[in-house]
Amino acid sequence: MSIKTAIAATAVACLMTTTAAFAGPEAEVLHYWTSGGEAKSVAVLQKEFADNGGTWTDMPVAGGGGDAAMTALRARVLSGNAPTAVQLKGPAIQEWYEEGVLADISAVAEAEGWAEVLPASIAGHMKCEGTWCAAPVNVHRVDWIWANAEVLAVNDIALPTSWEEFNAAADKLMAAGITPLAHGGQSWQDATVFEAVALGVLGADGYHKAFVELDEATLTSDAMMATFDQMRKMRGYVDANFSGRDWNLATAMVMNGEAAFQIMGDWAKGEFMAAGKVPGKDFLCISAPGDGFLYNVDSFAMFKVKGEDKAAGQQLLAKLVVGKNFQKVFNLNKGSIPARTDVSLDEFDSCAHLSAADMAESNANGSLMPSYAHGMAMRGAQSGAITDVVTAHFNSDMSSADAVKMLAKAVANSM
Amino acid sequence: MSEWLERHVPKMVLAPSFIAILLFVYGFIVWTGWVSLTRSRLLPKYDIVGFIQYDRLFDSPRWDTAMNNLFIFGALFIVISMALGLLLAILLDQKVRTEGVLRTIYLYPMALSLIVTGTAWKWILNPGLGIESVIRGWGFESFRFDWLVNPDFAIYTVVIAGVWQASGFVMALFLAGLRSVDEEIIKAAQVDGIPTVRIYSAIIIPSMAPIFLSAFIVLAHLAIKSFDLVIALTGGGPGYATDLPATYMYALAFSRGDIGQAASSAMVMMMVVFAIVVPYLYSELRAKNV
Repeated sequence: MSIKTAIAATAVACLMTTTAAFAGPEAEVLHYWTSGGEAKSVAVLQKEFADNGGTWTDMPVAGGGGDAAMTALRARVLSGNAPTAVQLKGPAIQEWYEEGVLADISAVAEAEGWAEVLPASIAGHMKCEGTWCAAPVNVHRVDWIWANAEVLAVNDIALPTSWEEFNAAADKLMAAGITPLAHGGQSWQDATVFEAVALGVLGADGYHKAFVELDEATLTSDAMMATFDQMRKMRGYVDANFSGRDWNLATAMVMNGEAAFQIMGDWAKGEFMAAGKVPGKDFLCISAPGDGFLYNVDSFAMFKVKGEDKAAGQQLLAKLVVGKNFQKVFNLNKGSIPARTDVSLDEFDSCAHLSAADMAESNANGSLMPSYAHGMAMRGAQSGAITDVVTAHFNSDMSSADAVKMLAKAVANSM
Repeated sequence: MSEWLERHVPKMVLAPSFIAILLFVYGFIVWTGWVSLTRSRLLPKYDIVGFIQYDRLFDSPRWDTAMNNLFIFGALFIVISMALGLLLAILLDQKVRTEGVLRTIYLYPMALSLIVTGTAWKWILNPGLGIESVIRGWGFESFRFDWLVNPDFAIYTVVIAGVWQASGFVMALFLAGLRSVDEEIIKAAQVDGIPTVRIYSAIIIPSMAPIFLSAFIVLAHLAIKSFDLVIALTGGGPGYATDLPATYMYALAFSRGDIGQAASSAMVMMMVVFAIVVPYLYSELRAKNV
């Protein structure tokens, strides 16, 4: 056999294997769950995928809160070789859909009855012009206040149910020499506190108008001024050394009793748990004052791919991700709660129970709102512009009136 | 044949790098310029819509802060590094015994990555961990040095760290310059009884003009490109008080999916570099043609 025929034969053989044989479901998954608890959670999914006969190609890209993963995704999409599934969330899903690169997984969604088990506003994020294009994994609540139980008991402070009560409690703590609010001066943390305050001050409707519809009248309203006034108060409740502090160090301040409260999403619970603290006894979780629930939902968006194997992989992955077992196991590891509402919460802790109850209640009365600080409410350019104003106000002596003016201008400029 | 080779081999050897530079430097400058004229968001698009991204850029208060910071940081960084570098070079030039050791010590910061410099200075300048808490610990309770967390002064901490990193390198440049001055002239001046200060100010330093220019160009482009130092030291904070054009561009391109805006900021940065480098190139080329 000459070399030429050998090459031809190999080529033909290769061609036959790629076209003829269906090797089973295949998925290449781009995600940025690389830290301890998160990596464990992904491993659960990997195992389940393999148990169902699938081949999982892991593509973890660490760093930058997903920025690095998004850069990798951009390169892959531009080169015409998108991964099967990508960890994406919020309006970024629709943004990618508009680039014409997302696949339709409505078949799975309808077969599995997602519409019945997911809260309506969360399901809305998973749809692109009416078709399902992403699968939700979890629900993080963002507007939590974490408190040190002992510090509150010693200083005889009740859990605040309004921002006035919060201010009164904080003033009392200041007098007792305790930092009221543990906070890290990074722009996303400033934004996290801001949105909790905004939800309380503006109410759910006002929050929706301001941060989902970007309604100019609401952005410049007196209520928004009041929100910035409260932020100025919050600035007075943090310690002098807060700039640039990471969120988990702020959590540690609450744990050690150096500080009384922290406003942070429920990933902070993981820090308490890892330190062996017990919810309800050592630390308390309460929703930030005001009615409503700010969610941060992680999800997998499915990209258009070639080949039957990958399409099958996509379907299987979507089915497993929203499946009851994975939703339970994953969220037990991650500290969040399942996105579907029919999962038994027996093994979850009391904070998760509170979170699930509040989610059901706010879903019923229409106050289940997307978190702006965590990229759920609007696109990157707009939320970035708002965060710029929030962090500039928090870190200077800017007046609330100026901040409101700047806010409207920044939003208009980011369009 | 050998004559042909002699004529063409240098061109052939240079061609690949020439083509690579043409494509990867100038080609992508043109590409960025093009994208900066479009409405690109998540992915680049190529329909030109005019100068809207530049309008947005110059309307953005954060970009204003970034440009102001660039001028504050650039000016102080260049002037202080050069002054300190020159001073160190002149002191080292006094035939001190352990010159080799001292030179290495001064030059060593340059061997560190800016990330290391930034992180180390972040701890040193942190009021709760560093200088402030140490001096308070000695009993000076009212001592304050909180520039790192004070939005009005944070940019000066970047200057401090930058100068610490670069002045040793500038010293090495100047030291080489000092050594290249003709010994005979200096000896002649000494014989004439001219004081040392005057020898430096009237003879040695003026004859080092080209070194000043090189040092300036190196420092200026370091200043404009500064990114990692700010990221490690302040993360752009407090708020965005220490943002520089490079960190602005990164945030827009990679965190916010606003590629058009990022491209326009990159073009403005490039123009700032050109404004500095083109006169330099012009004077260099003219000097050679004369």
